[in-house]
Amino acid sequence: MSDMTEERLQTAARLPAFIRRIDPAVATAFGCIILLLIVGSLYSSNFLSPEYLIQQLKVASFLGVVAAGMMLVILLGHIDLSVPWVMTMGAMMACAAAGFGVSGHILAIPVGVLCGAFFGLINGFGVAYMRIPSMIVTLATNVVAQGLMVLYTGGFSPQDSAPPAIRWLATGFIIPGLPNAVIVWALVSAVMVFLYARTSYGRAIYGIGNSERAAYLSGMNTRRIVLIAFVISGALSAFAGVLVAGYASKAAQSMGDAYLLPSIAAVVLGGTSILGGKGSYLGTIAGVILITLLQSILAVMQMPEAGRQIIYGVVIIGMLLLYGRTPASR
Amino acid sequence: MKEWRYWLNEQRGTLMGLAIFILMFAVYIFNHPAGFTPDVVQTAANKGVLLAFVAMAQTLVVLTAGIDLSVGMIFVLTNCIASYLVVGDTGETTIGIIGVLLAGMLCGAVNGALVIYGRLQPIVATIATSAIYFGLALLIRPIPGGEVNEELADFLTGSLFDVVPTSLVLLLAVVIVIWIPFRKSVLGRAAYASGSSEQAAYMSGMPIRRGKFAAYVLGGVFAGMGGLFLTFFTYTGEAAFQSGGSYTLWSIAAVVLGGVSLFGGRGSAIGAIFGAFAARTTGDMLFVFDVDPLWQPLLQGVVLMIAVSIGAIGLLRVRNRLDWFQ
Repeated sequence: MSDMTEERLQTAARLPAFIRRIDPAVATAFGCIILLLIVGSLYSSNFLSPEYLIQQLKVASFLGVVAAGMMLVILLGHIDLSVPWVMTMGAMMACAAAGFGVSGHILAIPVGVLCGAFFGLINGFGVAYMRIPSMIVTLATNVVAQGLMVLYTGGFSPQDSAPPAIRWLATGFIIPGLPNAVIVWALVSAVMVFLYARTSYGRAIYGIGNSERAAYLSGMNTRRIVLIAFVISGALSAFAGVLVAGYASKAAQSMGDAYLLPSIAAVVLGGTSILGGKGSYLGTIAGVILITLLQSILAVMQMPEAGRQIIYGVVIIGMLLLYGRTPASR
Repeated sequence: MKEWRYWLNEQRGTLMGLAIFILMFAVYIFNHPAGFTPDVVQTAANKGVLLAFVAMAQTLVVLTAGIDLSVGMIFVLTNCIASYLVVGDTGETTIGIIGVLLAGMLCGAVNGALVIYGRLQPIVATIATSAIYFGLALLIRPIPGGEVNEELADFLTGSLFDVVPTSLVLLLAVVIVIWIPFRKSVLGRAAYASGSSEQAAYMSGMPIRRGKFAAYVLGGVFAGMGGLFLTFFTYTGEAAFQSGGSYTLWSIAAVVLGGVSLFGGRGSAIGAIFGAFAARTTGDMLFVFDVDPLWQPLLQGVVLMIAVSIGAIGLLRVRNRLDWFQ
């Protein structure tokens, strides 16, 4: 076995540095994106048109914001299943705040995001300080958030529509041709990249993901770091909810359901290990674009919902088998 | 330590689940206008058994330190299949039931093969297969419909001698005929051992792969039984996305309430059954206390939060802070 590894290392050493640094998972993900674009262009000639691709990026940006938070949590070796209703809550609270006149309009987005951050705080406290498995805590807070929203809306979708500021953020244009949603996603991404590459907090995330014991013994306040990660994830979920509300111009119940599984899939397809400690943000971007393109191609092919679900599942499994396998235990 | 104390320690989670269930059911019954009558018990049993089967399926996978996020969708898929197959005379119905259980088994086997032989992480693999199973369910039942052998359905959702709910007898039979033999078999012990320490189990030469695979397959069968029972309960098949998702969610809750460790290797399907009944009783509880139905999801969530937080009490006994980090 060691011969094989050595041989492989030697082959790798002969490659130029910029190729050697590429993560094979990220490269495969980008390869699959190109493949999807080619397949899509065979079906429809305007698949490769700039307008269509920009539209795809805009749709991807909502998933991208959720996946940014999800990746942070997955890198720690945890998971956040409270995304659906935290998103819905963020959207509904933002729309509700906008009902309070001018100050409400200004505070709408912060209110939505703060609600998400608060639920993230509960998640983080449960996981980091009470040591309950993240899957359980976030599942429970999801039900609580759902309960609160059902109570708030009285069982119906409220008619309060998204205020103009939120709509502008999701669908407007500052730079002609580039939707604001894409710019927002780019800004969130820039912050995340800075976090991972240039801050001790980002390093600590990877450290805890690899071994929380070792991180604790080397003097990190691991519990606070985990707590903050969940707060960021909750805030980003709620923010994505606000954006989706702006896109659809109103907040609706169960609007977040369609984002939980794709966000986990996007992070994992981008090469981040679900066990934590390994993964790059570039991969997550690739994963988000991959999932969005896949969904869009299935829609372009006018596939019925049943076929869409099956192909979606099969493709994810296929890609995971390609590069998402854990090493053999012996 | 005496022998019985080992036994008690092993069964602690299950007994906790039983205690939670008895407590909640007692509160429920005392406040029910009709009291402890066979009808009340029968309704509670039928609703509880549905979740109990799904929770047993989840337990098997959780014991191997995995998680199955597709149980709810296997449940929905087998429900749709059963609404086609389980009709006609006795012979046809029997073949239909076998077919449905085989379908459940196949779903479990696919999950197991992907996780064990494909070496994928259980969370992501079962997320992907749940999309496939839901797609298949939608393919065979685009709109709700179908039928089922009504005589059999009425018998299984009714009660024996007007006292004992048949569904509970069925559940007991499944536990005695399938769960306990599996628990005592080499494969069952291998599944437990791989959940508590895969390396140690491997070093002691246990058939961990076969054990884990058997756990996934059997989990599929249990989920299939749940789907079959749902068909008997509703007389139709429906590819309901919401229902599949919520059964997956509540199966995990039931497993936790029933004292099964999510880290694997500890707990029992019997505990999960109590957990499932306890979880179902929470929903019914709101009915007897005449709570506005709008409050139901919130109160269920709060109960779930409290139940989950109970597990954190163990932290107070930790002597070495390093034990925080498993």
